[in-house]
Amino acid sequence: MATAILLVVLLGSVLASAYVLAIHLQRVFAGTPGRALHWLRPVERAIYRALRVDPAHDMGWAQYARAVLAFSLVSTLALYALQRLQGSLPLNPASLAGVRPDLAFNTAISFVTNTNWQSYSPELTMSYLTQMLGLAVQNFASAAVGMAVAVALVRGFCRSESRGIGNFWADLVRGTLYVLLPLALVVAVVLMARGVVQTFAGPAHAKTLSGATQTIARGPFAGQEAIKELGTNGGGSFNANSAHPYENPTPFTNLLELFSLLLIPFAMPFLFGRMLGRMREGIAILAAMLLLLGTAYGISLASETRTTPALTAAGLVHAPNMEGKEQRFSIQEAAIFSDSTTATSTGAVNAMHDSFTAIGGAVPMTLILLGEVAPGGVGTGLYSILLFATLTVFIAGLMVGRTPEFLGKSIGAREVKLATLGVLVMPVGFLVTVGLSSVLHDGLAGPLNAGPHGFSEILYAFASTWNNNGSAFAGLTAATNYYDYLLGAAMVLGRFLVILPALGLAGTLAAQRTRPASSGSMPTASPIFVGLLIGVILLVGALSFFPALALGPLTEALSGRLW
Amino acid sequence: MTATTTSLLDPAIARAALLDSVRKLDPRALLRNPVILSVWVVSVLVSGQLAVDIGQGHAVAFEAQIAIWLWLTVLFANFAEALAEGRGKAQAESLRKTRTATVARFLGAGDVEEPRPAPDLRAGDRVVCEAGDVIPADGEIVAGIASVDESAVTGESAPVIRESGGDRSGVTGGTRVLSDGIVVRVTANPGETFLDRMIALVEGAERQRTPNEIALSILLAGMSLIFLVVCAALVPMAQLAGAGITLAVLAALFVSLIPTTIGALLSAIGIAGMNRLVRRNVLATSGRAVEAAGDVSVLLLDKTGTITLGNRQAARFLPVPGVSDRELAEAAQLSSLPDETPEGRSIVVLAKELFDLRGRDLSASSARFIAFSAETRMSGVDLDGHELRKGAGDAVRTFVTERGGKIPAELGALVEGVARAGSTPLVVCRDARVLGVVELKDVVKDGIRARFEQMRQAGIRTVMITGDNPLTAAAIAAEAGVDDYLAEATPEAKLALIRKEQEGGQLVAMTGDGTNDAPALAQADVGVAMNAGTSAAKEAGNMVDLDSNPTKLLDIVEIGKQLLITRGALTTFSIANDLAKYFAIIPAIFLTAYPQLSALNILDLHSPHSAILSAIIFNAVVIIALVPLALRGVAYRPSSAANLLRRNVVIYGLGGVLVPFIGIKLIDLLITALGA
Repeated sequence: MATAILLVVLLGSVLASAYVLAIHLQRVFAGTPGRALHWLRPVERAIYRALRVDPAHDMGWAQYARAVLAFSLVSTLALYALQRLQGSLPLNPASLAGVRPDLAFNTAISFVTNTNWQSYSPELTMSYLTQMLGLAVQNFASAAVGMAVAVALVRGFCRSESRGIGNFWADLVRGTLYVLLPLALVVAVVLMARGVVQTFAGPAHAKTLSGATQTIARGPFAGQEAIKELGTNGGGSFNANSAHPYENPTPFTNLLELFSLLLIPFAMPFLFGRMLGRMREGIAILAAMLLLLGTAYGISLASETRTTPALTAAGLVHAPNMEGKEQRFSIQEAAIFSDSTTATSTGAVNAMHDSFTAIGGAVPMTLILLGEVAPGGVGTGLYSILLFATLTVFIAGLMVGRTPEFLGKSIGAREVKLATLGVLVMPVGFLVTVGLSSVLHDGLAGPLNAGPHGFSEILYAFASTWNNNGSAFAGLTAATNYYDYLLGAAMVLGRFLVILPALGLAGTLAAQRTRPASSGSMPTASPIFVGLLIGVILLVGALSFFPALALGPLTEALSGRLW
Repeated sequence: MTATTTSLLDPAIARAALLDSVRKLDPRALLRNPVILSVWVVSVLVSGQLAVDIGQGHAVAFEAQIAIWLWLTVLFANFAEALAEGRGKAQAESLRKTRTATVARFLGAGDVEEPRPAPDLRAGDRVVCEAGDVIPADGEIVAGIASVDESAVTGESAPVIRESGGDRSGVTGGTRVLSDGIVVRVTANPGETFLDRMIALVEGAERQRTPNEIALSILLAGMSLIFLVVCAALVPMAQLAGAGITLAVLAALFVSLIPTTIGALLSAIGIAGMNRLVRRNVLATSGRAVEAAGDVSVLLLDKTGTITLGNRQAARFLPVPGVSDRELAEAAQLSSLPDETPEGRSIVVLAKELFDLRGRDLSASSARFIAFSAETRMSGVDLDGHELRKGAGDAVRTFVTERGGKIPAELGALVEGVARAGSTPLVVCRDARVLGVVELKDVVKDGIRARFEQMRQAGIRTVMITGDNPLTAAAIAAEAGVDDYLAEATPEAKLALIRKEQEGGQLVAMTGDGTNDAPALAQADVGVAMNAGTSAAKEAGNMVDLDSNPTKLLDIVEIGKQLLITRGALTTFSIANDLAKYFAIIPAIFLTAYPQLSALNILDLHSPHSAILSAIIFNAVVIIALVPLALRGVAYRPSSAANLLRRNVVIYGLGGVLVPFIGIKLIDLLITALGA
């Protein structure tokens, strides 16, 4: 009952706020952010002047894509340099040394691609300056890039015979300035008030009851925590992430963090409907996302609240599976968090997924492997699910006796090529890297456990990076040259080989003349289309990953052991 | 080419197709089909491994069976294509029969006639054809008029009139002149005539893939690629799990996962769609045109011949005050008795129906028939000293006024009332006295209204094109149930309308026959030229209707839609099939390493070997099972997209998920019983 109330409160507040936020988003990306934020206009203009860009210039898709890539490249280099040099830079009270090259490379990519995979313990590795000027900035920027690409793709659907899909710099600045910053500010203040740490002082030193000395890491982290969730980033300031009491002290902050990480992803389908002027289309996409997420919640809750076979064998018949979970959160809160964070490409954790039951651990992994579409990351979720929807329209659309059409745009060879590329690059890359790591010595050195569970650890790492989720299964020693570079490559390719087709699709759709809808066009705002879309997402996922999952979590689950 | 209905499995065609499917094992023939080509590659690999294993004396019974079924998969795919091509060839053969070697009467310089074999004629040559001659090539009549028997091409035995200068000046090679004589200018070189192009298309030799087929091929290639990676990645994963996978098992998994069903049937579906069109006596210049027909959202339909019967018919007698119905009917009937036009006949019929007025034999009396002429715009008869006339309102007024008669005040209202109802008023007078008006009604074709309703449900707007005035046009449009009309249409107005619709994102289809229709036919997305039309019209359009029946535009749209639906349904079916195959094969592969995976063997298949074999056999057999559907096309009735989607998703989507579960289980039972 408590779980039901929690879910109703969470999803109810998320959907209501997302609906309102979408109104704001539409204005922001149209360049008219509204009176309340009008005072920020000079800042916006100053940034354009500094960047020497004309926000009114309408970019073609190739130019837009070049801007995205250039911005991301510069961000990566800057973040790499900052990490390497942090030892000789200020705001380093713990006197942490420069980060070693493979790890700096991996981390730079990780934050620029909105993955926030962490092969390190932040409190022992990153100075305050690196955390604030490097990681936190990218938490904003990478989320804004995701939103920009999503908005550009939606423009492709909205426009007719247009060469342009918007201006990347304007989208980037507006998304950061008018959406992410104000939201993060509000959330950070509330988090601080509820006990999330925010200080520039170095680590605290305490004497324990037994007389030993304990060093307690802390830092300016409430602000980071806010954008970590809002931007579906997930990179924690502490190794324990949102399981750490300084990041997520109470059930209330837990709820707020859940709310924050679901908010913008669920606002995107509303924005889609608004920009099209056909809210039903947005609702259909939203319905697909909700159904997938809801099903995941159901399975996770059912699996995690059961006593595990190992505990039963030990005679603890009624003991819940509390391993890897925090005492201050319930099992249900952990299960819901694990699904929400993986379904949104956030990757924050408030419990260790490695210690979940086999099915409880398989659900988050599946949510990641479905391509981060339910609802996915900030912006990334929408453009990814629209790629799936394009394929769905193509496969099923023929069955209405017309060349397939999606929102008045005909889906021909070029559109299919782009959507197929965008949808398949992740499964192909994932399988290749997992395959490699299952034979190479360096790959096999990673997993802590043997057998199917060890294999699950490898699976999870690549699933997480290819899909820019960033959550870890734990158990895998990833801070090695092999994994740092390979996972880094996975993050880059998994991000930009989806962004490029999405922008290409935006370009070709915008250039097309929109055909008016009639009763002869395939309805895409109908329950049957929602069902088909879910079917295609599940089928692509199932067909690509079934063998891998069968050898990992499925075998584990069927063998009736915890690990 | 008469409307031949080749049965689906004509033994002769099937035999030829069997041979062809072996011939198509040449990988070069498979280059256009990446899915089947990859099956071919896998078959070669497995066969090679098999040979090695036999050489080393291993037990190969299972491996050999896999190899056999892999090759059968390729053969079945080839057979499907060969069968469709074979049926096309059979049609092409009957097309070719129309071109018997004729010797043309070539008109040389100075109009000197000389014999020349038909194949030697070039475009621009002139030939003479008189009664009994076979027209040697496609062409246009430059002089003369003739009745022509076109049954060799259309299957319609009634002769048609073809004459120079009008919109009925086109003649087709292979047809026969029955009477009179004409001079024909040849318009196509040998091998480039419509028939030649059509033969090439139905045979499949020159078939270019349509845009939609290309898009689908990209998707299928993408899916094949991902399954290639899935299977390749399985090797190290399985090794990690301590389970070895043989090449044969991996090949079986790969082939049953890639979309072989649709890959095998794709080209057969396209060829069969084209053949269905040919069977309706419509020639398309490309497969692309057939697809475009399915996409059409606006139909421009000529009123006469499409919406209404060509001839107007008398519907009512409307006398002016002081004249009885019967008196008017009698005068109208008398004036029409010698009139052989359909309108005239219909007046006689109506008079008989209403007043039982029998026709009289006028030949004995001193009757003199006045035929209709464009100048007088009246016809009638002079009988027993009276002048009976019927004709256009103003013509009769002039006639009456000249004879000192008075025009009744009520006539104007009567004439206008008839025109407003969409009919043509015919004023009747006897000498200087106006008797009344005969209403000639355009008769809307039976059932056309219902068809337009169906089109509307399918999201297609119908626009009636007519030279009538807006009043008349509006009335007929309302009666026929079209969505819109273009009155007082000129070729320019028609072209402008097409452009406007296309600007709005619509795809437009139309029919036309005259030279002045050519620009519009070229502009339209689907332009169907009438075979009787001018060669300019035929060149401009992308289809030709041999029967010159404009109503067929509706059929063409349906055939286009059926083609696309068939392709989509089989794609969906093919992809949905994969689920069951996974459940059959994956547990079988890893059962030795992880016995707990037997829980996934939900089909309770007998053994790993029988499970894998069943999957690959089902995969091959389903191709053959679906050949009839691919060739015939799925059942299609015009309906809204939402309805079609619901229906087809249930049949081919859900069906595609369930059927292989049943099929694989049955095959497993069968091969277990056979002791394989």
